[in-house]
Amino acid sequence: MMRFLLLFSRQGKLRLQKWFTPMTEREKKKITRDMTTMVLSRQPRSCNFLHWKDLKIIYKRYASLYFCLAIENQENELIALEVIHRYVELLDKYFGNVCELDIIFNFEKAYFILDEFLMGGEIQETSKQMVNRSIEASDMLQEGDSSEWFEVELFG
Amino acid sequence: MSPSVPLQEMIRAIRSARTQCEERGVIQRECAAIRAQFRQADNGGRSHNLAKLLYVHMLGYPAHFGQMECVRMIASPRYSEKRVGYLGAMMLLDEKQDASLLITNSIKNDLSHSNQYVQSLALCTLACMGSAEMCRDLAPEIDRLLRASNSYIKKKAALCAVHIVRKVHELGELFAPAARSLLSEKNHGVLHGAVVLIIELCERNPETLERFRKTVPDLVQIMKGLVLSGYSPEHDVAGISDPFLQVRILRLLRILGHNNEGASDAMNDLLAQVATNTDSTKTVGNAVLYETVLTVLDIKSESGLRVLAVNILGRFLLNNDRNIRYIAMTSLQKIVGTDHNAVQRHRGTIVDCLKDQDASVKRRALELSLALVSATNIRSMMKELLIFLSSCPVELKSHAASGIFNAAERYAPSQRWHIDTILHVLTTAGGDVRDETVPNLIQLITNASELHCYTVHKLYRALLIDISTQSLVQVSCWCIGEYGDLLLRGECQETEPVQVTEDDVLDALETVLQSHMSSPATRGFALTATMKLSTRITDNVDRIRSVVSIYGSCIDVELQQRAVEYNALFKKYDHMRAAVLERMPVIEKNSPGHTNGESTGEALKETQGSRMKPTEPKQLPQPANQVCDLLGLLGGSEETLQPGPFAAPGLLTNTASTAGGDLLDLLGDLEPEPLTPAPIVPVYDKDGVALTLSCEKQSDVALTVTLTASNSTDADISSFTLQAAVPKSVQLHMKAPSGDSLPARGAAKVTQMVVLNNPNKVNLKMKVRISYSSRGSTFQDTVQIDSFPGL
Repeated sequence: MMRFLLLFSRQGKLRLQKWFTPMTEREKKKITRDMTTMVLSRQPRSCNFLHWKDLKIIYKRYASLYFCLAIENQENELIALEVIHRYVELLDKYFGNVCELDIIFNFEKAYFILDEFLMGGEIQETSKQMVNRSIEASDMLQEGDSSEWFEVELFG
Repeated sequence: MSPSVPLQEMIRAIRSARTQCEERGVIQRECAAIRAQFRQADNGGRSHNLAKLLYVHMLGYPAHFGQMECVRMIASPRYSEKRVGYLGAMMLLDEKQDASLLITNSIKNDLSHSNQYVQSLALCTLACMGSAEMCRDLAPEIDRLLRASNSYIKKKAALCAVHIVRKVHELGELFAPAARSLLSEKNHGVLHGAVVLIIELCERNPETLERFRKTVPDLVQIMKGLVLSGYSPEHDVAGISDPFLQVRILRLLRILGHNNEGASDAMNDLLAQVATNTDSTKTVGNAVLYETVLTVLDIKSESGLRVLAVNILGRFLLNNDRNIRYIAMTSLQKIVGTDHNAVQRHRGTIVDCLKDQDASVKRRALELSLALVSATNIRSMMKELLIFLSSCPVELKSHAASGIFNAAERYAPSQRWHIDTILHVLTTAGGDVRDETVPNLIQLITNASELHCYTVHKLYRALLIDISTQSLVQVSCWCIGEYGDLLLRGECQETEPVQVTEDDVLDALETVLQSHMSSPATRGFALTATMKLSTRITDNVDRIRSVVSIYGSCIDVELQQRAVEYNALFKKYDHMRAAVLERMPVIEKNSPGHTNGESTGEALKETQGSRMKPTEPKQLPQPANQVCDLLGLLGGSEETLQPGPFAAPGLLTNTASTAGGDLLDLLGDLEPEPLTPAPIVPVYDKDGVALTLSCEKQSDVALTVTLTASNSTDADISSFTLQAAVPKSVQLHMKAPSGDSLPARGAAKVTQMVVLNNPNKVNLKMKVRISYSSRGSTFQDTVQIDSFPGL
């Protein structure tokens, strides 16, 4: 099971946080601080796996963003790397050549995509196309909603 | 999809703030506006406001006032508002908040919504933050969705069920049938969810595990389909068809095959196929191979398959990718105990990894190397380990040093090698060794009597080079103090002779005494060494006398006390000085793995023959009548049983040369003999658990028996208890045992004293029943003791 997923920039600013177990705000803040310090202090070409408390931390840097995934001890680290990569691919397909600014200004979309890919700390859908199709459909539904509202506005 | 303009404007405003203070100001203004908006009636921009609040929350600012808004938005009929509302619920609400209960009803309604995307929102939120009550409430609904819905909802319902089972274990039973039927679905998402659910159910409940074992053939079929199928564009990742599903199925097979011959046999072929057919050029392939290896090693696989798995790990070790090397070593570490020889074959590669740049890899390599040290490879391994020690990162130094010490102690080919190794470690990493290294080394040196000359020469030279490493300096001072005469004699067989004068030696010790680098303990060592030399040198005794008297007024109280006492030794007790300062006897080591009980047996023999005293029967405190018949412990009806746990101290495996018929008619002596330790007799040794016995006669009817238990296996032992039975007329009184757990590899022992009173002087016998738990199972055994040493 995955415990949490954090995205942060090279200056340690948090861009996305997903927690798969209930935790207090204080705990979340502390863990975020610990993760950023640990990951940002790693040498450039070192191993992508760390040990922290009783969890394994898998991290990977994509351009200016660090993706940090915590998994339980019996999980497979290499497949966790693939999970991170798959999420980046999904973001890339959605935003078209995704960069950090996309995630900053459209953070709620990043969450929606994540919620179609992972759920309850496990992988939900293993096919890229399926996830993309679900997101598109949900977006259209949302669109239909708001256009409805705009129409109402226009006609008083 | 059109971006949320108000949200983006706010984000831009926040980002353009140049200082933290400015940012706080912007955020406060925005939050005030948001709060005002929340209080108003329904306006079109509700979702934008909540999204703004969530952004602010992510920056770390408090956002609890948005919780009720989330609840309201979730209940809204508009999809856009529901979407943001549920997102807000997942971010701001957790099961500890009261507001989370309020959304239970909304979730319930949305689970049966006509639109699958609304259903999906509800399922996602439930799986993310559903509390135990919510789970109990909605479990039947989830079960319904598991059976009758489209695959989009089924896969989400499966993961929701996983969350429910994690929260409320009993509900696992509810989902088991549905999980079983889901395995026949074609949709990969649903299959994946089903496999995760089954893993969760099997891990929680062994009975469910038994039932799901029947699914092994189905799982094998599915895997075969994935591995052998051609290219499938929907699920392909670098040539592997749906690696995520493959890894999950392998994990489930591991759980089902663990400790079960039948299931393991059924999956043997498949695992061999996956291991050989999977392309290992990319990380994905290696991920699947890794999972396969873990599965093979954890089930009852045939030996050929195990060798294949270890070879795959060996290949991983040679991989350029650091991650692969790291996980290879982690896996090898797990099996180094069971498949030791297989891992030994890759020792060379592992030792090479000690030189890797990465700290995590180095740490793994160190642990694995220490586990692979054996009597045959000790010399070459130690060379590598010492090279590693000189260049290893600081956080690993003390671990490496203690690992080296342990290895040296267990497999040292010769004493000289052992001493050399320890000296090497002290010179390279002396600051990071543990405290007991100094006394251990001293004890080792005293035991190697032929090497005293060699040792003191080496240590003297080390002292001249560098006096900053406290442990090394302490040992050197001690040796110079003890064996200074050998040093001054000049010749030495093992090393080149060097002329050392008395002044040189005293200079060296004085440098240590006066240096600001020396700790108070070290200075104590140096002062005592200087004093000891007064009996070993001839010319410069006056110099020593003056040094000692100077320190009589030292500020450090310990040094002052020593100096004053030594001064007194010079002045008033000069006649005793030689005797006090003479060579120390060989220090006995009181730790497991060392046999040094030879001296005790002879000593006892000597004293036995010389005592003939009248005895007065000693009345021992009679224990309360606690005769209770433990089934089967007693053979005949004439023996009574005294229950109670007892343990015994001391693991000195000395063969009982003193037990025997000729001691039985010896009358015990009334005066305790403090200098003769009682002989220790092993009475039981099976499966790594050993029990030894020693006894001491208090009078000719009373006997104190001390029993010691030790554990030389690799697993810890708990709930260790002993029960005893003695012949009817004998009384037994058990003292409290020292403990009931025996850590692995003899790290500690359990001891207990038993007092026996034999007023009728019958033939003393004792039956002991040993029971303990190890590795999750309980063991019991009985041993009869017919002869007591020293009796």
